[in-house]
Amino acid sequence: MTGRILRGLIAPVAAAVAAIIISSIALLLSGNDPVEAFREMWKTIDSTQSITIIINTAVPLYISGVAVAIGFKMNLFNIGSNGQYLLAALVAGWAGAEVSLPPFLHVPFIFLVAILVGGSWALIAGILNVTRNVNVVISTIMLNYIAIGLSAFLLSELFRDRENGGLVAQTKEIPASGQLPPLNALFEWFGFEFGEGVELFGFFPFAIALGVGYHILLNRSRFGYDLRLSGTNPEAALSSGVNPKKMVLITLFMSGAVAGMIGLPYLMADPTFLKYGDAFPTMLGFTGLGIALLGRNSPVGIAAAAIVWATIERATQRLGPIGVPPEIGRILQGSFLLAAVIAYEVVKRRNDAAAAAAAAQATQDERLASGTDSDGESSDGPAPSPTSPGGER
Amino acid sequence: MSLIVPNQEEADADPVTRAWHQRPHWRIFLWTCVGVAVMSTARILSGNDDLTSSGTFGVALRTAAPIALAGLSGLVAERSGTINIGIEGMMVMGTIFAGWWGWEFGPWMAIVGGIIGGILGGLLMSVATTTFGVNHIVAGVAINLIAPGVARFMANELFSDVQGGSVTSSPGNSGDIGEFTVPILSGGDLFGWSSPNILEWLEDTGWFMIADVAGFLLGITSDVSWDVALTIGLFFAVAYLLWRTPLGLRLRFAGERPSAADSLGVNVHLMRYTGMAISGGLAGMGGAVLVLFANRYQEDQVAGRGFLGLATMIFGNWMPLGTAAGAGLFGYAQGITLRTNPGELVRALVLAAALGLLVVLAWMIYTQNWRAIVPMTAITLVTFWAYFAAQEPNNQLVFVTPYVVTLIAVSVGAQRLRPPAEEGIPWFKGMQ
Repeated sequence: MTGRILRGLIAPVAAAVAAIIISSIALLLSGNDPVEAFREMWKTIDSTQSITIIINTAVPLYISGVAVAIGFKMNLFNIGSNGQYLLAALVAGWAGAEVSLPPFLHVPFIFLVAILVGGSWALIAGILNVTRNVNVVISTIMLNYIAIGLSAFLLSELFRDRENGGLVAQTKEIPASGQLPPLNALFEWFGFEFGEGVELFGFFPFAIALGVGYHILLNRSRFGYDLRLSGTNPEAALSSGVNPKKMVLITLFMSGAVAGMIGLPYLMADPTFLKYGDAFPTMLGFTGLGIALLGRNSPVGIAAAAIVWATIERATQRLGPIGVPPEIGRILQGSFLLAAVIAYEVVKRRNDAAAAAAAAQATQDERLASGTDSDGESSDGPAPSPTSPGGER
Repeated sequence: MSLIVPNQEEADADPVTRAWHQRPHWRIFLWTCVGVAVMSTARILSGNDDLTSSGTFGVALRTAAPIALAGLSGLVAERSGTINIGIEGMMVMGTIFAGWWGWEFGPWMAIVGGIIGGILGGLLMSVATTTFGVNHIVAGVAINLIAPGVARFMANELFSDVQGGSVTSSPGNSGDIGEFTVPILSGGDLFGWSSPNILEWLEDTGWFMIADVAGFLLGITSDVSWDVALTIGLFFAVAYLLWRTPLGLRLRFAGERPSAADSLGVNVHLMRYTGMAISGGLAGMGGAVLVLFANRYQEDQVAGRGFLGLATMIFGNWMPLGTAAGAGLFGYAQGITLRTNPGELVRALVLAAALGLLVVLAWMIYTQNWRAIVPMTAITLVTFWAYFAAQEPNNQLVFVTPYVVTLIAVSVGAQRLRPPAEEGIPWFKGMQ
């Protein structure tokens, strides 16, 4: 077990080393001292206060990663999670502030609105794919831009809070019954010390539940098996009775539904937001693509990737004061991502080749043992298996 | 071309024995005439002359150029076997390099810089996809996430301490790339003699169909800046390269049957790298065209044009002419949002769409094609309703026009698409 985990860590560690080297070169080229920069960045994780903020930042990124990973698992590339979450956050933020319900209904209501809006918006791409054979990458990215325009229109024309001056385009604040309280008290009860004025946002348990749900759905359910099979071997899935069109529709709806929840931590748990407006973060969906790729679509991997991403984001904020451009964080994240994607592929091919060689060896031994090695047929050697293309054009 | 399966219509009817109006070129000509008539009717009914004015088409050509280059970039990449989702990122690389060199050395070097930036992106992606066999869409997504980071880092280094520059914008290009106008037809100068402008006179008459065609021709022949002219030339160059040269044959071979290509001595990996270098260069030049249009690098300048280009290529069935047509359509949809009073123009365009749907509906009834008559009727009625009921759309909705048009175009466009046979599949020596 530990051996498997250690082997699984080879690729990300190699990628991290490569990313640090590339970023150091970029820092040297721009006349900065990489050693000093990385030493300063390392100091980020020295306080519980800092770690709490990192976890708060990582939660939406995690949801975003899970959202696209659902599609990635069957080679369905939902690139449009950004539009799905913006639209869902806007509508959920507006609807959540308009209704007055008791907390045990209010919170599920906001979730339901976000899930339905995000899922439906993604479903448009699914319907276009199964009826008109439109490439999902193209349709989701177009729906992204349409969602950006549409949400700007809806916010300024229909959903904005007109009572509160109305100068700033934003929805009303979600009332207390729809908010998730911070978890500080719970953790302090266990003897955990938080820093001054720092809150662990209340969305954290939902993210954990989402990860567990994703794991069970994917690895312990019939649907998850069909989904993975559709991704790795569409022909086998078809002949085992999976309806590919239905799979596309369901998967895109689920991916969009999870994407709809990306904005909820800000809407329901972050006291600086609690509403949708111009200040709302706009790039979480795109970042989630990178997180899912880094985390190899596994629930634990995505969590690790989200935390690493959030750590880099927080760490780069320390760089400004010592005169290093914080933009180096983008280089660090980007080179880490590309190196990781390559490293995963290399390790996977090596493992596949080793497995193929072992299988060939086993066949050889069997033949020798039974003495039927007469046709002289040799195995083709460890040919790497082609990964299935995302070509649903 | 022998690898390309002829489509059904060409297969089941001999071109000579078919009625004249069923021959491919005549059909294209007839439908073009119908399209012009529809646009002209919409212009006259809505009273909005800007719908088909030379000014609109001039802007449309300008906005179509980067989309067309992105489409051409995708075409070369996919023909040589790589699905290039990373065009968007390569265009971003193009914009930052073009903004840098355009500021330091002038507009022509902006184009060179853009191409170099794009090639770097293309080669980086090819390392992942070709050498390491990473899933092409995964690698493309990674490129799209990396490029804005690189651009921002470079912009911070290059422009943030300069007068007029900032971390999100370059100080501006030094100099203008210049424009040219075709003489006699569009009033360009001919050896110092300012020739007559026949097309402008025709456009001003407002005659049904003739004024619209004149507006189109005037738009694409007057005040054309040299980078746009170069873009048009590149379409011919790429078509020639891919279908008339040995290198082009090998490039396409690497996308159709890499194993067969390998058995005939073609270096498949070299071809895929070459294809991605050309693809990146074209995408980077698309970024440079954007920089020249805005006269400076701006962050998020690309705004999805790489994906629009990818859509034009699919719309155009992996062929240069179809890609150019798609880019023209999407460029027009984007161009009208830059005119004065874009809301009115979008409304006039909705009228044109409704009239076009009416023509298609009439054609379906005439040919007794009842298969999709109910949804078509419904869509036509909804479009007419949208024209009459809705007021002038506001700016946020006008912004989505090109994306909606693209989505509709790829949905209703030809369904008999034929992508290169083995694009997107990593290939290694020894594979079957």
